[in-house]
Amino acid sequence: MENKIDSYAGSLVASLVSHMRRLLFRVLSTGAIPNHMAFILDGNRRYAKKRNLGEGMGHRAGFLALMSLMKYCYELGVKYVTIYAFSIDNFKRRPEEVQYIMDLMLEKIEGLLKEESIVNQYGVRVYFVGNLNLLNTPVREAAEKAMKATENNNKSILLICVAYTSTDEIAHAAKEAIEEKWGQIQESSKANGAQNGEISQEKHEGHQTIKLADIERHLYMGVAPDPDILVRTSGETRLSNFLLWQTSTCLLYSPKALWPEIGLRHLVWAVLNFQRIHPYLEKRRKQV
Amino acid sequence: MRSLQLQALQLSLTPSLFKPKLLSHLPYSTLRLPSPPVASLPRNAISISQSQQTGVVQNGAPEEEYLASLPEGLLRELMPNHVAVIMDGNRRWARMRGLPIWSGYEAGVRALRRLVELCCKWEIRVLTVFAFSSNNWFRPKVETDFLMGLFERGLRDELENFTKAGIRISVIGDSTKLPKPLQVLITEALEVTKNNSRLHLIVAVNYSGQKDIVQACQSISLKVKDGVVKPEDIDEFLIEDELETNCTDFPCPDLLIRTSGELRISNFFLWQLAYTELYFEHTHWPDFGEDEFLEALHSFQQRQRRYGGQNS
Repeated sequence: MENKIDSYAGSLVASLVSHMRRLLFRVLSTGAIPNHMAFILDGNRRYAKKRNLGEGMGHRAGFLALMSLMKYCYELGVKYVTIYAFSIDNFKRRPEEVQYIMDLMLEKIEGLLKEESIVNQYGVRVYFVGNLNLLNTPVREAAEKAMKATENNNKSILLICVAYTSTDEIAHAAKEAIEEKWGQIQESSKANGAQNGEISQEKHEGHQTIKLADIERHLYMGVAPDPDILVRTSGETRLSNFLLWQTSTCLLYSPKALWPEIGLRHLVWAVLNFQRIHPYLEKRRKQV
Repeated sequence: MRSLQLQALQLSLTPSLFKPKLLSHLPYSTLRLPSPPVASLPRNAISISQSQQTGVVQNGAPEEEYLASLPEGLLRELMPNHVAVIMDGNRRWARMRGLPIWSGYEAGVRALRRLVELCCKWEIRVLTVFAFSSNNWFRPKVETDFLMGLFERGLRDELENFTKAGIRISVIGDSTKLPKPLQVLITEALEVTKNNSRLHLIVAVNYSGQKDIVQACQSISLKVKDGVVKPEDIDEFLIEDELETNCTDFPCPDLLIRTSGELRISNFFLWQLAYTELYFEHTHWPDFGEDEFLEALHSFQQRQRRYGGQNS
């Protein structure tokens, strides 16, 4: 009997909290809401050390924090959420830790596809962004399966950056753009050779120049607009080779909390700061 | 003369930027080493905590003064090699004081001069300043004309001091859009100071980080067209070599300082900021002085730079 009352009370409190949160988000929505938020999930290992947990537990706690933060973002109306799950630099860590993270990722990717997961609840389409060839086969295959399974969702988008660094992304995009341009030049010179036609020198050269749009087209992150806010936890203020191309006019926010400690208050603070700076940035964007 | 010899010794002890062509099958990020700290030379037993340095340090300053110039609390081994600065807030500073905007810019130039002196004194190797962004052309014409005039006057007045102090100047950005007299002056300044080695001052004028990367890709695509490079060989090392910062041995800043409290990069360096420690300062640029710079350096020295790997 007591248990029943306890659980009834518990669910009442939870429902009350949820209503308060929705009310808060309604108030926030009177101002501009960011379309795309990016997160660097820093501080899992320090959290585990602080709480005397095993190192792997830090990453698991980080995953739980990620789930609640995603829920808040989608409830608030943020359409795109990008997370820096695993950098190419992280392969430098101890092999046991890398293996643990890969196994955890595999477990969680498979969990994402289940019926009751957040992905289905909020109609989230999942993208895995990065040099996926660097991942081991089980993880890569699970990632591809998850992308395929969610490709019809369109309410919100989750971009998970694994085996990603921004310099690798740009180099890859540059290589593809140059190869494409090279292919076009060879084709057109063959065609012109056959016609025995004459092309003006400038047109030929203009055709050969790589433009900004050519590179942007080939970026892994080309499926999403530029982020409005980049949040890095644990107080470090650096980009660590994440979204360098896309964050040139983005608000940078670095709370001191470690990633597993991140909560609603950090999200609200980030959005309020965004709303303060938004009119100025919009004006600048229109000028360009 | 001795200080020049010390400089040469320091350069030879500092390892050059690691470009492992042999190991090019490994991804660039796993090989990139942190910029080596300023090599600790065998010093005389002069306590670094003695801080009696005043005034502008010039070439040929006494060795004791040169060595003991680092303020208390800063460690020589943890000094950044390359510092970058976004000099934001000149107009706001002027408006706050009820002054016209042009006096904000002139105060900004004075602050820059102070910073250059401090960098020489504290042996920072490269200082990059974001003087004018591609986006700044949208400001009123009278303002941009004033700024161009300010650059020209500043460069002309300071050229002799730079030569005496051993400062090398480079200018990055699209200088073809600048007024012709300024372009001529820049070419002259680059030529006159190219052999100086005390401090490398890089001024970013009409610079955009994205355009820098695009021009690097355009150079590479020309090389592909000429058969010098094969498309499958394009990698991160190649792109970094083609960026406008290839004029220095330390293309990537260790520390970026942005004044006046804005928390964004505004299309300054993009590629080069991959592992840079960012420091955001609330004071406006004209008020940025020795105390603020010291605080930024203290903050930098306390950070733990892991580059994605283990804790050291």
